[in-house]
Amino acid sequence: MLSGFTGGVHPPESKNTEDSTIEVMPVPKKVYIPFSQHTGKPATPLVKKGDDVKIGTKIGEADGFISASVHASISGKVIDIIDHAHPVIGSASCCIIEGNDSEDWVIDVNAERNTDDLTEAQLLHSIKEAGIVGLGGAAFPSHVKLSPPKDKKIDTLIINGCECEPVLTADHRLMLEHAATIIEGARVFQKILHASTLIFAVEDNKKNAIELFRDEDVRVAALKTKYPQGAEKQLIKAILKREVPRGGLPMDVGCVVHNVGTCHAALMAIKYGKPLIDRVLTVAGDGVREKKNVLVRIGTPVNSVIDFCGGYVDKPERVILGGPMMGIAQYADDVPVVKGTSGILVWPAEKAIEEGPCVRCAACVDSCPMGLMPTEICSFVKNKNFDMAKTYGLLDCIECGCCAYMCPAAIPLVHYFKYGKSEIWRRSKT
Amino acid sequence: MEKIEDIKKLFVVAASPHISAKHKTSVAMRVVTIALLPALVFSTYLYGMRILVITIISIIVAVCSEALLERMLGKKITITDGSAVLTGLLLAFNLPPGVPWWLPAVGSAFAIIFAKQLFGGLGYNFVNPALAGRAFLMASWPSLMTKEWLSPVGGTLSGIDGISAATPLSLLKNPANYGDPQVIIRQLNDFETIRNLFFGKIGGCIGETSVLFLLLGGLFLLFLRIIDYRIVVGYLGSFALLAWLLPTQGSVLFHLFSGGLVLGAFFMATDWVTSPITRKGRWIFGVGCGVITIIIRLWGGYPEGVSYSILLMNVFTPLIDRLTKERIFGEQRKKGVKK
Repeated sequence: MLSGFTGGVHPPESKNTEDSTIEVMPVPKKVYIPFSQHTGKPATPLVKKGDDVKIGTKIGEADGFISASVHASISGKVIDIIDHAHPVIGSASCCIIEGNDSEDWVIDVNAERNTDDLTEAQLLHSIKEAGIVGLGGAAFPSHVKLSPPKDKKIDTLIINGCECEPVLTADHRLMLEHAATIIEGARVFQKILHASTLIFAVEDNKKNAIELFRDEDVRVAALKTKYPQGAEKQLIKAILKREVPRGGLPMDVGCVVHNVGTCHAALMAIKYGKPLIDRVLTVAGDGVREKKNVLVRIGTPVNSVIDFCGGYVDKPERVILGGPMMGIAQYADDVPVVKGTSGILVWPAEKAIEEGPCVRCAACVDSCPMGLMPTEICSFVKNKNFDMAKTYGLLDCIECGCCAYMCPAAIPLVHYFKYGKSEIWRRSKT
Repeated sequence: MEKIEDIKKLFVVAASPHISAKHKTSVAMRVVTIALLPALVFSTYLYGMRILVITIISIIVAVCSEALLERMLGKKITITDGSAVLTGLLLAFNLPPGVPWWLPAVGSAFAIIFAKQLFGGLGYNFVNPALAGRAFLMASWPSLMTKEWLSPVGGTLSGIDGISAATPLSLLKNPANYGDPQVIIRQLNDFETIRNLFFGKIGGCIGETSVLFLLLGGLFLLFLRIIDYRIVVGYLGSFALLAWLLPTQGSVLFHLFSGGLVLGAFFMATDWVTSPITRKGRWIFGVGCGVITIIIRLWGGYPEGVSYSILLMNVFTPLIDRLTKERIFGEQRKKGVKK
């Protein structure tokens, strides 16, 4: 068993939906598709108010290399392009499409293409055209990750099926129900990268998925269940014993990591030309009536997904997009599901605990998977001493939340780190 | 403008993570207090009800001075976090059983007011308040702090019949003052004395007598990971090693089980606020305590060195933290290679 990184925490797994098969949510009446759903520049709109679109119509073109295209996820009419609530960046330009209840695709998605004859460039092009981004949460454009500079030799491709966030089971279900597609997609990635080794990484709380992959004759690394096992750098360290240098990327140690969902989506794009218009996510928490894994069209408002899951139980206090450790709490439930949304969690009312003074218990130091001293960095940020915060590694922080999870004084450390990082970037611009 | 109905629809936003381990500071303080209770009960059995009275006085004064001072300074009253109770309890543990009633009160008030609250309260004190209180009492009323020993029930003060004016460590320090040095040293190291030290049938401060009960509480805290093993192992390990290597007339077990070493290593050196936060730092801190303790015991002016060793290392804590920063993930191990 590989665990292989220092720090980390063991929150209760609460993966109650791991046996619920993925349900397909009916096509929503209206979708709100933001032009920015990925790391990098927002896509440039290709449609205007009043245009008719079909499923898969490209409505936004990738702007530059680090960007991704966006596509209509339902068939209907563009009723407006305005700023709308966005689950990650607060508010962003959105294309609102009203559906016409038909399942018209812009292309024939049943025609299977032969993928073996395609060159690497053609494969990459298909992935880029389909607007594929990392579905693990960070939503980094996949074609960028698949095109490392010439001088970076990639020897290992890791397919990340850890799903170390508690509660979430979407990746787990996807692995169980679509293992073959994921493996085929991973082989395409391997071909593009010329990587000699392909490893599937799964935490050992998903024994059935591990066995399923082993039966398919692929190499599986069974990893100890420990949060954040699925974080890129920690994962590489655990499997390959290689440490990505500070400020570096996995390719600096000859490695690329892709999420299982991304492999699935990429293969659908290559084989059928199907762009990224839907994704699997977990709906859970005590505040929602039915907990399940759902295949949802991109742009579906969260409240429509909740309605599909039987609605709220009582009055919800907290709605989180993502997992409990890194997800983002929303102020309203009309935000749309975006490409990076891995879960919708509805938490019941919970008594807020007041931030106490740091008692230097060092639980944050012991739990930090990046080897940082969170309480020291936090003091520097509080005193607006951003230079020292940087020296102590603020920019190395991956915001996994282990420190704040452990803190006995309930100090919202991640909040201070996000603030500190944004201040450093703001100051570096001026 | 949003209507009230619209605002009511909004949810609570907060930074991630949205779950927590629920190890709250106040809970940890209470657990440490509970871990000390067996030793307190045993001490009350040994010396009678006055032990309970002294402890209660110490705790009440600690809590009251915290509340009073916070009120005077216009700060939030934080007595419910349990840290003042723990300080009062630990201070009482560091007093001889026969001290006058007012002594714990003065010590507790000093510990809370001068060592803790004037530096900013919980989390900001740079030395262990209970030990600072004890040091203050030692400096102000040395005779009361070193002579008020009582004979324990079912045993003798030193484990040696006929001598009732000294603790085992003062016997070891100046055996000639109490009789034939060779006889005393032999008696100190015999199995009977070691056993008495371990079970606590022997004289000493209120809380330090029974190694057994302190160990029970200490191991409980280690198991819960409330205290760090590095400090405990570093302290006891380095101390035992030096007690074995250095010239002393006491055996290693005698040194380990006598005085306040076990109390200090498990319950005082491990104080969160005043010990380093880095992993390496906690080793250094523990080893430092061990080295200073044995130096004081063998060559210092006092028979016992636990409290001063911890106080000294408390002062070094910020420096240790700065010099032993954790290695950031991906940082080059080699020297001189900096990004």
